[in-house]
Amino acid sequence: MALLEVVDVSKIFPGVRALDSVSFTLQPGEVHALVGENGAGKSTLIKVLTGVYKPDGGELKYQDQPAQFGTPMDAQRAGISTIYQEVNLVPLMSVAQNLFLGREPRNAFGLIDRGRMDREAREVLAGYGVTTDVRRQLGTLALGAQQMVALARAVMIDAKVVIMDEPTSSLEPREVQTLFGVIRDLHAKGIGIVYVSHRLDELYEICDAVTILRDGKLVHTGKLADLERIKLVSLMLGRDMAEVRREGATAFSGSATGDEEAAPVLRVRELNSRHKLHDVSFDVRPGEVVGLGGLLGAGRSETVKAIGGAYHLDSGQIEVDGKELKKPTPVRAVKAGVAVQPEDRKAEGIVPGLSVRENIALAVLPRVSRGGFVSDAKIDEIVDKYMKRLRIKASSPDQAVGDLSGGNQQKVLLARLLATDPKVLLLDEPTRGIDVGAKAEVQSLIDELAAEGLGVVLVSSDAEELVEGSDRVVVLRDGVVVGTLTGAEVTAEDLMSTIATEAPREH
Amino acid sequence: MTMTNVSEPETPAIVAEDVRKAERTDRIVGTIQRQGALAVLIVVVLIALATFENFRSFDNAATILVAAAPPMLIALGMTFVIITGGIDLSVGSLYVLGGVLAAWASQYGILAAFLLPLAVCGAIGLANGLLIAYTRMAPFIVTLAALLGARGLMRAISSEGSNTYLVQNDAFRKLGNGSFLDIGYQVWIVAALVVIGIVVLARSRFGASIYAVGGSEDAASLMGVPVRRTKVWVYVLSGLLAGLAGAINAAKLGSGVTVLGTGMELDAIAAVVIGGTLLTGGAGTIAGTIAGVLLLGVIQNLINQVGNLNSNWQQVISGAFLALVVVAQTYLVRLRRVT
Repeated sequence: MALLEVVDVSKIFPGVRALDSVSFTLQPGEVHALVGENGAGKSTLIKVLTGVYKPDGGELKYQDQPAQFGTPMDAQRAGISTIYQEVNLVPLMSVAQNLFLGREPRNAFGLIDRGRMDREAREVLAGYGVTTDVRRQLGTLALGAQQMVALARAVMIDAKVVIMDEPTSSLEPREVQTLFGVIRDLHAKGIGIVYVSHRLDELYEICDAVTILRDGKLVHTGKLADLERIKLVSLMLGRDMAEVRREGATAFSGSATGDEEAAPVLRVRELNSRHKLHDVSFDVRPGEVVGLGGLLGAGRSETVKAIGGAYHLDSGQIEVDGKELKKPTPVRAVKAGVAVQPEDRKAEGIVPGLSVRENIALAVLPRVSRGGFVSDAKIDEIVDKYMKRLRIKASSPDQAVGDLSGGNQQKVLLARLLATDPKVLLLDEPTRGIDVGAKAEVQSLIDELAAEGLGVVLVSSDAEELVEGSDRVVVLRDGVVVGTLTGAEVTAEDLMSTIATEAPREH
Repeated sequence: MTMTNVSEPETPAIVAEDVRKAERTDRIVGTIQRQGALAVLIVVVLIALATFENFRSFDNAATILVAAAPPMLIALGMTFVIITGGIDLSVGSLYVLGGVLAAWASQYGILAAFLLPLAVCGAIGLANGLLIAYTRMAPFIVTLAALLGARGLMRAISSEGSNTYLVQNDAFRKLGNGSFLDIGYQVWIVAALVVIGIVVLARSRFGASIYAVGGSEDAASLMGVPVRRTKVWVYVLSGLLAGLAGAINAAKLGSGVTVLGTGMELDAIAAVVIGGTLLTGGAGTIAGTIAGVLLLGVIQNLINQVGNLNSNWQQVISGAFLALVVVAQTYLVRLRRVT
């Protein structure tokens, strides 16, 4: 008996057939991987399953009964919970309120029982490794902890089906293991789980079955154990298997491009920020990719933001191309030649409502305007150049960025950064939440940019990406540089062992 | 509730030690955000008590409260609306329309004097809410239309505002000028509604939905919050409270005065924002709004005490306060994000 089933479902958007007769079956107690490149139709399928979209054709069956969910709430009531890729909670409300919103425990007068709600929230979250004051505003928590709250919320409902859309994208390894513990527990209870992720290791660790979509069509479904990794990747990409093999796991070339002798294009000395950074120092030479390694909260993002002038520093020195960047602000940093790609592209990067052209042009407006007037021709030229160079897939430069896939949104962001003619490029999780194909493209772009003489700082939670993409890796822990991996040491094993070495506890 | 057994027992806390400090900062900032208006109110009152002899009387305090009663009702509704991230510009018009309708209907009894304005203003609020929630039109535009429409309606039924209906019902009239414990009845009515409002906002699921809708509409709808229903209701409430404020004022004045209410929606918005509610939605309290309304009322009262000062200075001072509060809010919100 299938728990949740879609048969020949289609969904058509203007100009795109997002789902083309896709069938998908979820058994009780099954962890079912749903994979595919961006634009393959995963998100659309999830939205059909959860009542966000009405399918244009086909049938949805839930517990062997034909079902139709008008809204996400209907689906939730029926027992289908979803955790979305980017945390979808209310940042201004307390942690406990977020956890219980719509299901608050009530007293005899029908009023919310705050005491009980906070108590239960504390108990539940302790099971997810989150110990914090549950009355705090959710938005003041770290991203990983927020994700755990979202997960706890989804699971707490009497769910029969839990859909997880890239649940690990903002978790650190330890949190991932906690998550897997939760998944195994759900699995044992006979709850069906749809698991969307781009991390193959995770899929093979936790999933029983797999369904692969490509361009809105079903290309494979079956037991995951029966499917070789290389075969899985080739099915997703629709590429020749030999080609995939030749490319290796990531698209980085692996050859060091930095010039050992050259003067550093970025010199960072003793950055200090209360509780977050302690004497962080490193150099980046032109053409070099320096990785920042470490766990979530180690200070990687803070370092990157601080260099970009978007994070408060108590002291420290930053030099770009030999010139000191005094009192960095975002404007001064950009002028000095620093381009930062923020971690959360939705909130801090792109402007989804604006077109590709406008998004790219944002950064270069000061350069292409004369006396306050903007030269359209110049913008077109720049936009055209970067759309071609970064292979941005959009129907036209006028398409809204919000309608593009995650990978293409990331490329638009990169284009905007490059259009400012930076000397140093700081990339915080450049491939988070984008599919394998786009990931490979972004990775080879990083290589190309470094080869052209840019200094690149790369932050990535994906250890493989970090070591393959970086010429050197500066490892941070609790805001302190605990080691630098160079040459043959730049391996995932060395990274892990550096992170894992016992920290001398003094602060 | 069975999730506690999931993790390995030694699972360490995700959040580290310095989190405790961040939590404290968060709490302090949150308190300033919520109680700032109250603190300013207390300071202003203390200064006034020390400076103005006439301010130091029970009668004066009662006068301030009676004058603040209708604005408080309007600001109460406005608090709900603004927390959802909306705005209701129609309340000033609904206030005067409610007054005229109450005065006219008082000839059919006290019940009619209340029900007619409530029904009409509630219906206009409902129309606002439906348009905003279902057609996704901007609240600013929808309620601006209602502002114009309601004022037009009021002028139409009062022959261009020249026809002032007198309150015909003694019981209704008594409600306006009678008092309990030397404090006007209207103050008690408003106080009761404010208490209900506080409980609803802080302790009901509807209240939680209001915060969720204002905090993040997309997230709220994905979390199963009835976003549209919540929006419709806050505009209905705002309309009802504005109509009621009008009725209470008509009872006090003894007639449906047609030249009131202009700009009252803006005073209400100012009071709500001074009270710490974020204009962008998602955060705010009624306690703050009370402080905001009283602060504006006290300033008005003080300016009246200084006999030779033009009463328009009240607006200048209120405006300055508002600007100050908005700047402080922006700063506090940013401080909270960083920690």
